[in-house]
Amino acid sequence: MATAAAHRTARTDADGARTAVGDTAEYERAFDAAVAADERIEPRDWMPDAYRATLVRQIAQHAHSEIIGMQPEANWITRAPSLRRKAILMAKVQDEAGHGLYLYSAAETLGTGRDELLDKLHSGRQKYSSIFNYPTLTWADVGAIGWLVDGAAITNQVPLCRCSYGPYARAMVRICKEESFHQRQGYELLLALSKGTEEQHAMAQDAVNRWWWPSLMMFGPPDDESQHSAQSMEWKIKRHSNDELRQRFVDICVPQAESLGLTLPDPDLRWNEERQQHDFGTIDWTEFWEVLKGNGPCNEQRITQRRNAHAEGAWVRDAAAAYAAKHTGETGAKQA
Amino acid sequence: MTNTDWPLWEVFVRSRRGLSHTHAGSLHAPDAELALRNARDLYTRRGEGVSIWVVPAAAITASSPDEKDPFFEPAADKPYRHPTFYEIPEGVKHL
Amino acid sequence: MTATVPATAALALGDDALVLSHRLGEWAGHAPVLEEEVALANIALDLLGQARVLLSMAGDEDELAYLREERAFRNLQLVEQSNGDFAQTIARQLYFSTYQQLLYTELAGSDGPFAPLAAKAVKEVAYHRDHAELWTLRLGDGTETSRERMQRACEALWRFTGEMFQPVEGLDADWAGMEAQWLRSMTDVLGRATLAVPEGPRTGAWSAGAGRQGLHTEPFGRMLAEMQHLHRSHPGASW
Repeated sequence: MATAAAHRTARTDADGARTAVGDTAEYERAFDAAVAADERIEPRDWMPDAYRATLVRQIAQHAHSEIIGMQPEANWITRAPSLRRKAILMAKVQDEAGHGLYLYSAAETLGTGRDELLDKLHSGRQKYSSIFNYPTLTWADVGAIGWLVDGAAITNQVPLCRCSYGPYARAMVRICKEESFHQRQGYELLLALSKGTEEQHAMAQDAVNRWWWPSLMMFGPPDDESQHSAQSMEWKIKRHSNDELRQRFVDICVPQAESLGLTLPDPDLRWNEERQQHDFGTIDWTEFWEVLKGNGPCNEQRITQRRNAHAEGAWVRDAAAAYAAKHTGETGAKQA
Repeated sequence: MTNTDWPLWEVFVRSRRGLSHTHAGSLHAPDAELALRNARDLYTRRGEGVSIWVVPAAAITASSPDEKDPFFEPAADKPYRHPTFYEIPEGVKHL
Repeated sequence: MTATVPATAALALGDDALVLSHRLGEWAGHAPVLEEEVALANIALDLLGQARVLLSMAGDEDELAYLREERAFRNLQLVEQSNGDFAQTIARQLYFSTYQQLLYTELAGSDGPFAPLAAKAVKEVAYHRDHAELWTLRLGDGTETSRERMQRACEALWRFTGEMFQPVEGLDADWAGMEAQWLRSMTDVLGRATLAVPEGPRTGAWSAGAGRQGLHTEPFGRMLAEMQHLHRSHPGASW
């Protein structure tokens, strides 16, 4: 395989291959065999249209989540209560922009450009994770996002490092490696609050109360209601079901909450000796679907800020393109 | 508002001296200079590199998966290209 | 000469870095293109790192950042100016990073207490200046709109640039020489960007002084109110 995928030719090749040879069945067998053998599918390989579409949708949504996800945390950069915390938070929000870029770049290998995906985000035709439609009301929310939201994201993402589509899997390896600090900083932040003054402790508990349930919703609807799950599992885009991952996350969080000295807001949460797992209460799926539909506390605010940043930046992007057009040839590719 | 899509660049990073550049990912930039800066900011934030190449994605010619067999299979049946093909008496050194 | 750190100088340099870092941090989530989110944050993080070292030379970094009143801050008025549009941010970056590179190059070559910090920071600052220059060229020599915006930004901030070369107590540097170099550098970069070098005065008419004397502009009070609010709301708490 070529190490570098020339994305543009990839697109025409993929189309060309299908029309020129016409023997789709043979390609399909090769694709199925590769997936079955746990090999990676690479950009220029033939793939079923639906596989491509599913990946574009999922990677785009993931990328959008990183970009929108910057907002709730960036909300506290200017108010971070110590310089150490301020540096950590800035680095984290910056990572999220970087992760968005890795992911858009992975989606691009499937023939869909970033501009097109951003258009879809801005016009509401593609979604981002609903968790970012909740507000960050206090400093402790920065900690709760790190511990719970990033924790849930990592639980979701680690299996994606083995996803059947090569560029997505590679982006996820990079992201997971970089994100390991995100969750730890959140936990450490909450720990400092929990062990701090009475007000700080209350602030931490309040944040956990508000973020716990939405974090559990991040794993998506229950398995029997999940639209895309079965096919994605078959294609090895997804490796575990929503409920499996949710359970894993709950089991991880319980002892961590104890060490924090904070309570998870679920009276039904208890160890089940027989299942060797925790039982937990019922998730309010009405809230989930409502927030997804646009009725969350921040849906409008988040997308408006994103649209504005993009629109207000148009003249800058145009200027750079105009400059490049005038000066092409003056600056060749450089080596170092 | 116009739609001036910045072109795509492939990024290659040399992680340390003595190693070759490896494909790290891609990014958008209006020209080579900014592509190089953007690559530095995006792909070496944690000290992952000592040197970067950026290449316009459109400038890469890649072998096609359809040609995989004619391209790569003929190389698979020439074991005499590999040192393990040869038997050397025990005790012979530096060979 | 051993290290009795001149506190005035540590505060002047530290406050410059702290305040500009804070301003750049305000861009998070608002940058004109995703690649610039990453670039601006990198610069902000470098500056914050410098600020923490410098403030720690003068005392406790958090006490100094969060518990001083506005009049006790010694940063240049230039760095506290609002971000404005991207052109204004780039003009501020160009003016400041060029100055900072000249100053840190001198300090790195001296045997004073700031030499180790300056030796590290000068590399960071060279990159900041490079970033600002590349964007000055693109905005100046880009479209009609971008040239207008960039020219306006350069004019608007010009009156804050004289203060940079006011000698700072405790810093042994050739201020007049740096100023001449800074002006040459501006003439060069702005010229290549097809922009006019502003002609207005480079200092305000107020004889009371400016940032280095603790006199700041209106946007700064609001900035500090936001920055210090949480820390001050929980006296004695640790974070």
